[in-house]
Order: sequence, then C-alpha cells, then structure tokens
Amino acid sequence: MRVPIKLLILLTIALATLALAPLLGMEFIPFNATGQEKEILTSIRLPRVCCAFAAGAMLALSGMAFQALFRNPLATPFTLGVSSGAALGAALFIRLGIAFTILGISATSIAAFIGALLSILLVYGLTRLKGGFSTPTLLLSGIAISFFFSSLILFIQYLSGLTQSFQIVHWMMGTLSTADFSKLWNLLPFLISGGLILSMLSRELNLFMIGEDMAISRGVNTGLVKKLIFLAASLMVGGVVAICGPIGFIGMMAPHICRLIFGADHRFLMPATFLFGGIFLTICDTLTRVLSGLTSGAELPVGVLTALLGGPFFIILLLNRKGSLDL
Amino acid sequence: MSSPIIQIENLSIHFSGNPILKNLNIDIEEGAYVSIIGPNGAGKTTLIKCLAGIYRDWNGSIHIVGQNSKKLSSKETARLQSYVPQAEGRSNPLTVEELVATGRYPHLSAFTSMKKEDFDAVDAALNQTGIATFRKRRLNSLSGGERQMAFIAAALAQDTQILLLDEPSTFLDYKHQAEVSGILRKACREQGKTIIAVHHDINMAAACSSKVIALKEGEVIFTGTPAEATETQTLNQIYDTSFISSPSPAHPLPLIITGGSNT
Repeated sequence: MRVPIKLLILLTIALATLALAPLLGMEFIPFNATGQEKEILTSIRLPRVCCAFAAGAMLALSGMAFQALFRNPLATPFTLGVSSGAALGAALFIRLGIAFTILGISATSIAAFIGALLSILLVYGLTRLKGGFSTPTLLLSGIAISFFFSSLILFIQYLSGLTQSFQIVHWMMGTLSTADFSKLWNLLPFLISGGLILSMLSRELNLFMIGEDMAISRGVNTGLVKKLIFLAASLMVGGVVAICGPIGFIGMMAPHICRLIFGADHRFLMPATFLFGGIFLTICDTLTRVLSGLTSGAELPVGVLTALLGGPFFIILLLNRKGSLDL
Repeated sequence: MSSPIIQIENLSIHFSGNPILKNLNIDIEEGAYVSIIGPNGAGKTTLIKCLAGIYRDWNGSIHIVGQNSKKLSSKETARLQSYVPQAEGRSNPLTVEELVATGRYPHLSAFTSMKKEDFDAVDAALNQTGIATFRKRRLNSLSGGERQMAFIAAALAQDTQILLLDEPSTFLDYKHQAEVSGILRKACREQGKTIIAVHHDINMAAACSSKVIALKEGEVIFTGTPAEATETQTLNQIYDTSFISSPSPAHPLPLIITGGSNT
C-alpha cells in the first residue's frame, strides 16, 4: 500500500477516535444528549479528549525529533532528561505558588518550557564537553540528569504542605483529569509553534538520521537546525508536562511503530507520528475513564497506563535491537 | 595552465593538542582522479573531512573552484562537492530512493519541493549505479556493497563537480569493488568530475587514478603518477613494510603484494 493512502487511513482513525472518545467514560453518553449530560459532553469530556490528543501528538513528535537527531532509538524526552527538567520547572512554580498568565498561557507552562530547554542544553553541553560526541555519553548524562532532577522534585515535595505535596505527586504520575478548555488553550500554542518548526525540518531530520557529517556535507546548517530542534522539542515537552505531568513512553513508542508502518522519510513519518501519538494517548485516557466507571474507584493516572503498555514494548524493542528498528 | 580546482595551502589541524595534519600543500587539477593513500592514522580521513567542510577548525586555506572555502556557506559548498563516508555503521531505515533524494538537498530551498529535474537526477544516479531495481528497499535490509552503491548514487544525485570519497571500496566484495571503481572512473572520464578518494588497496588506487598522494603522520610524503607510486621502494617508505611487485598480465602497471617482513 502506498504511504499517502496509509496516512489517509490513519487520519480517518484519528477523526473517529476524536469523535467517539468523548462519548465513552464512567457512563456512555450519546451524541444527542441534552441537559446536564450534554454539558458533561461538551465542557468536560470534549476538551479533555482534545487535550489528550494534543499532548500525545506533542510527546510523540518530540521523541521522533530526538531519535532522528541523535540517531538513537532510545533518545526520548525521558531518557534525555527533558521531561524531568520540565517537571522540575513546573514543580518549582507550583511550590512557589507563582501564578500569572501571559496571553492566557500560565506561568507553569512557561517554567516547564524553560526547564525542558535548559536540561536539553545541559545534557548536550555535557556530552560535547567530553570531547567529540558519543551517544552512550548522551544517554548516560541524560539519565543521570533525569534522576537528579527527579530527586530535586522529591525534595520540593518534601518541603511542601500536604495539599501541594499531593498535587505534585498526582501530577507527576501523568494525568489528564484536570484537563479543560483553559488547559487546552495552554497546550495549543506549544503544539502549534513546536509543530510548525519541526514541519519545516523534515529534510534536515532525514539527513541527521543518516549522520551529522552527511548532513553537513549536503549543506545543512547543522548548528542552527539543532538549535531549532531543541527549541521545538522543549516547547512541546514543556507544554505537555506543565499540563499533564510527565507522561512516559509515547515519545519512544509512537515514532518506532510509525517508522515500521510508514517508513522513515520524515515527510510522511512526521504527520503519522503526530496522529499516532494523539490516537494512542486519547485511547489510553479513555480507557482510564472507562475503568474508573467499572471499578467506581478513583481515576487511574493515564501515565500508569501508557507505562504499563510501554514497558513490555520497551523490552521487545531491546530484544529486536539488531532488527529494523535500528536508526 | 588553468588554476587547480582545489588548492590546499598550509593546511593544519589538531585534535586536543595532537597535530593530525601538518602544513599540507596540495593542488588538484580539474578532471583528475586523485587517490590518497597512506598507513592508518596518517590523516587521510581527516583531510577528506576538512575538504568536505565537516571539520572547520583548521588553519591554512582551502580554495574550491577559486573560492575560499571558509567563506562559502554549507549549501554553496554542497553544490560544488559531494562526500561519500566510510561504509561501516551507515545502516538506517530510509529506502534507497529516499537516501538518494537527500542528494538534492543543496539544490532545494526551504519552501520548495522536488521538481522534475530533481527526480530526473535521482533516477539518473540510480541507473548510473545500477541499483534502480531495489530503489524501494530499506538501507538496513541491504548488503554492505549495495548500501555503498546507494551512498555513491546519492553523491552523484548531488550533481557536483567534485566527489570526495572515504575508502569507497573497503569492505566490499570483488564484484562491488569492480563496480565502484567502474562507476568512479566513468564519472571522471565521461562527466569530467574531479574525484578525490582515499584508497586502502594500492592496486585499486593505482588502477583508478591519474595522481597518487601519500600521507604519513599528517604530512605529504609522496606525490606522483600511479607508475611512480607502485615502485616498491616508494611503497616501502610509505607503509614501513616490504612489497613485491609482479608484472600484471592485463595492465601496464605491476601488481603489488605485501612481502612480509621488512628485509
């Protein structure tokens, strides 16, 4: 099957998911609901589903960009410490209780973006400092920084009161339960700006995937392009983490699966990853809502579900390391 | 006589204090096939990477087609010369066709997509290298030889006057070695391309080239014709080991075999 047709099918699935997911939840609500049910459908479930789709798409896209840039299947917002950098930025702001908005974008989102950007620059800088550039060093320093930042978050939590502490813990597990239209409004600018930057760079990402020296020899301004990729990925990871907390595994999983189905050319891989990430997180989030209806218990953070599905996938990926998943 | 297409003057580079290239002066004439030979660690790959613009922290000057290479943008450089890296570790999930299409990058602007002339250049490169039949296959499903052909095709699609190749035939089987040297010689003879290739195999270097340059410890220790390069004494000096020269039944140049201990 030709790739554009596959993309069209994926787009159809995405639209279907977006249309059907709001209907499902603790209780099924039909399209033509009225009164209170209609209110739940349009002002609670609809923005939440949109948030889930946007967040999934953003995490998947940033994972795709990192994997191509570093030619490594394990390079993701998580393993590079970008997620925890964003989380640290956001946690600091929650703790300090600083609340202001710029054009409707909350300070927490901006803090998370700055945290994400600083951590990728730190990880990359550390790797360069060691003379030359090696992927093992990159991943090791990413993981080290990730742990360091996570400890700092725990420390902030330790210093916080009970309410704030609970707030931080719940958010750290990755959740969409607080999503509403204002949260969606906070996600969209990050999605649009980051997505637009990346969408201009599909040829450059292809060349980075072949190798940085090849990218240079074909005329890519690698310094500038790298900075743009860092910026775009930080915008998207920061944007998501501030709203939903660090939701794991989508950034690693979605680009891999899409590369197997749609091929590695970023002109097609990028829209595919965008849609796939969105669909995946929307389905996971819908599952958590349905589950909480079945158990009539508290809602499972969606991060738990993505990691439950992502963990086994990670193992399969490692076992197939020699196979076609190689970058 | 016309001025050289590549003019290297006093080229030096060092990595963390270790000099890798020391004051190289090399002129390369248009349409020449220049082989760079020398022992491991002589600086051959470094020289190619300096030329390709991958290393930029060198001293001295490099002029490409009369222009100071430090003043050219990376896209301008990429329209003058293309680069084929060493073959190992080059596996990735792109298809052959997608890889070859990356050769058109310097000819496209950020807002335009590939035009007919770009697709034609890709097709021509695929045909020239004889790999059009597996254009849809992914690189990580190919053999090392087939993959190398794809990288050469990508460089040809870049449509440049100068081709820089780092050990284009190392690790390849005999069939692919012959194919690679055939394609390169043809590109040089029929399309007038200037080729600079690092070669590990001295017979290959001699058979292909119009000029041989030997590097040792970051310095040029020999420049001459293939006939001069295949003199055993010269080779002995370059590689610090002895060689046996045997008249070839098929070529004017002798066959070179290493002669074991240096006696």
